[in-house]
Amino acid sequence: MAFIELTNIDAGYVKGHPVLKDFHLTVEKGELVSLLGPSGCGKTTTLRTIAGFIMAEQGKVLIGGKDNTPLPPNKRNIGLVFQNYALFPHLTVFDNIAYGLRRRKADKQVIPKKVTDVLKLVSLTGYEKRLPSQLSGGQRQRVALARSIVIEPDLLLLDEPLSNLDAKLRDEMRAELSRLQHQLGITMIYVTHDQIEALSLSSRIVVMNEGNIEQTGTPEDIYERPATPFVARFVGFDNHLSGKLAELQKGKTVMDINGSRFTSTRAVSESVKSSAAGEQVDVFFRPEDVILSREKTENCLEVEIDYINYQGNTSAYALLAGDTRIRAVIPGKPMETSGSMYLVIPPEKIIVEKG
Amino acid sequence: MKRSKFLLFITIIMFIFLLGPFVVIIVSSFGSEAVMRFPPKGFSTQWYEKVLNIEMFRKTFWVSLKTGLLATFTALLLGVPAAYANVRWRYPGKNAMEIMFSSPAIVPGLVVGFALLRFFIYVTQVPVMVGLYLGHTAILFPYTVRVVSASLRNFDEGIEEAAVSLGSSPLHAFFAVVFPNIRSGIAAAFILAFITSFNNVPISLFLTGPGVATLPIQMLIYMEYYFDPTISALSSIIIVITVIIVQAAEKMLGISKYV
Repeated sequence: MAFIELTNIDAGYVKGHPVLKDFHLTVEKGELVSLLGPSGCGKTTTLRTIAGFIMAEQGKVLIGGKDNTPLPPNKRNIGLVFQNYALFPHLTVFDNIAYGLRRRKADKQVIPKKVTDVLKLVSLTGYEKRLPSQLSGGQRQRVALARSIVIEPDLLLLDEPLSNLDAKLRDEMRAELSRLQHQLGITMIYVTHDQIEALSLSSRIVVMNEGNIEQTGTPEDIYERPATPFVARFVGFDNHLSGKLAELQKGKTVMDINGSRFTSTRAVSESVKSSAAGEQVDVFFRPEDVILSREKTENCLEVEIDYINYQGNTSAYALLAGDTRIRAVIPGKPMETSGSMYLVIPPEKIIVEKG
Repeated sequence: MKRSKFLLFITIIMFIFLLGPFVVIIVSSFGSEAVMRFPPKGFSTQWYEKVLNIEMFRKTFWVSLKTGLLATFTALLLGVPAAYANVRWRYPGKNAMEIMFSSPAIVPGLVVGFALLRFFIYVTQVPVMVGLYLGHTAILFPYTVRVVSASLRNFDEGIEEAAVSLGSSPLHAFFAVVFPNIRSGIAAAFILAFITSFNNVPISLFLTGPGVATLPIQMLIYMEYYFDPTISALSSIIIVITVIIVQAAEKMLGISKYV
């Protein structure tokens, strides 16, 4: 039995209109599972259902084998970290962190030691007497983290904890979170819409869309082998072309796009396996996986260059293949653009789904 | 440049319009003649002495103070939970409820006063002080709800949820985390409500009875018989005290963001 189990959950904000319908999720002890998806996909609803702020209309929430479904949030032993820190503005760093210990009637003698230890863990030793308003964003999030782990929760829930920080700080905090997770072995569920965060932190990623799970897998599974068009687009297969299926060979899909012949050597998807030649297919590929060439070769499409954005170590090309817009990101400076250009998509980089 | 001169002109006119009456009242209160006039003739402080010597003013001042404090306190006691429910909870009929909260502030005071008299005082036959207290509580309630709601809206709900996730019951979280952070909003509500009560005429007009009047009502009665600058002197005292209270509260609590 998994450490955390959500079974047959119906939950939402308005009774009778659940965001999650017949929702299942399992998390093993010590795992860091990310819920990844665009806003409105149900990831925060899932988190709030686990925390107890949303009472499931149906189904069960099991934490450590114990049925938590009817328990209010203050009776579940769960730590929460919010996007906007949610520190108590009128309390010092020390009192913020000690809050949960005091509510749990911890021994008065051990509170200072526990607070000191956890402050050391998040590298904030010496900040005990500060008020939240005297801290930077990164420091506030460290205090929030300290406050939620000092109570030794069964589970730590993080709701987009890094999205209020600037890019550099976000990288730093991400590394810090990863270190803490390994050091403490604490089970975490991490809600984010940022694929890089999910890919770099998680032992497992759950991609959600409109209250459903689109795919569950390791970061590599999700990034390399997206199972649905939605996941593919979400992890950066931004370019989309329509074509017709030509033939299915062993481990190969051959199709016809705008009169050019294309081969994909990726595992043939279930939806395509059942299709016949001549049927409509959708083709997805990443902007950074393509090559621009002056010569016509295999897997290529004649394109016009609309404009180029210089981005330092890469250049972003806006291309037109007939009416279809295609984005390409290519290392190096923008290239000379006279004459006809061909977009080459390596066969192992093309995802084909039934249209 | 032309445009900004025009704006300056309008601004000055507005200030004269708003502050002019106060200047007239304060200046005329120092006149030495027994008739209120502006500009006054001579200079004296005799009207201030007279204010302090008129027993009815002293007596009604206490009535106003007592009514104001009690009604404000009660309105806050009811208004804080109502504001909390109003801001934090979703329930059917919430919009209707919000309109109801604000209706006594929209409906003309005379109408509210008459309604209270006709359907409450006549029916229950409560003593005048009790009627006054209840009537004022009813008109102050919407003010407290609105001001406290504003400060609750400024307070991130996540902070409360953090307290709950750390083991507080919702009630404990309110007193340990929410209340300390909306104190200045509550203080603002207190001051606004108290001043509203202290200055109220239309409601008090219907609810006061033989032998019991509030200070503003007593001032009206006085003006029916005398037209000396005593009223100016009394008004000046009230103006100065109000300005001091509001200024002090603004300095200490920054209440202007809630009102």
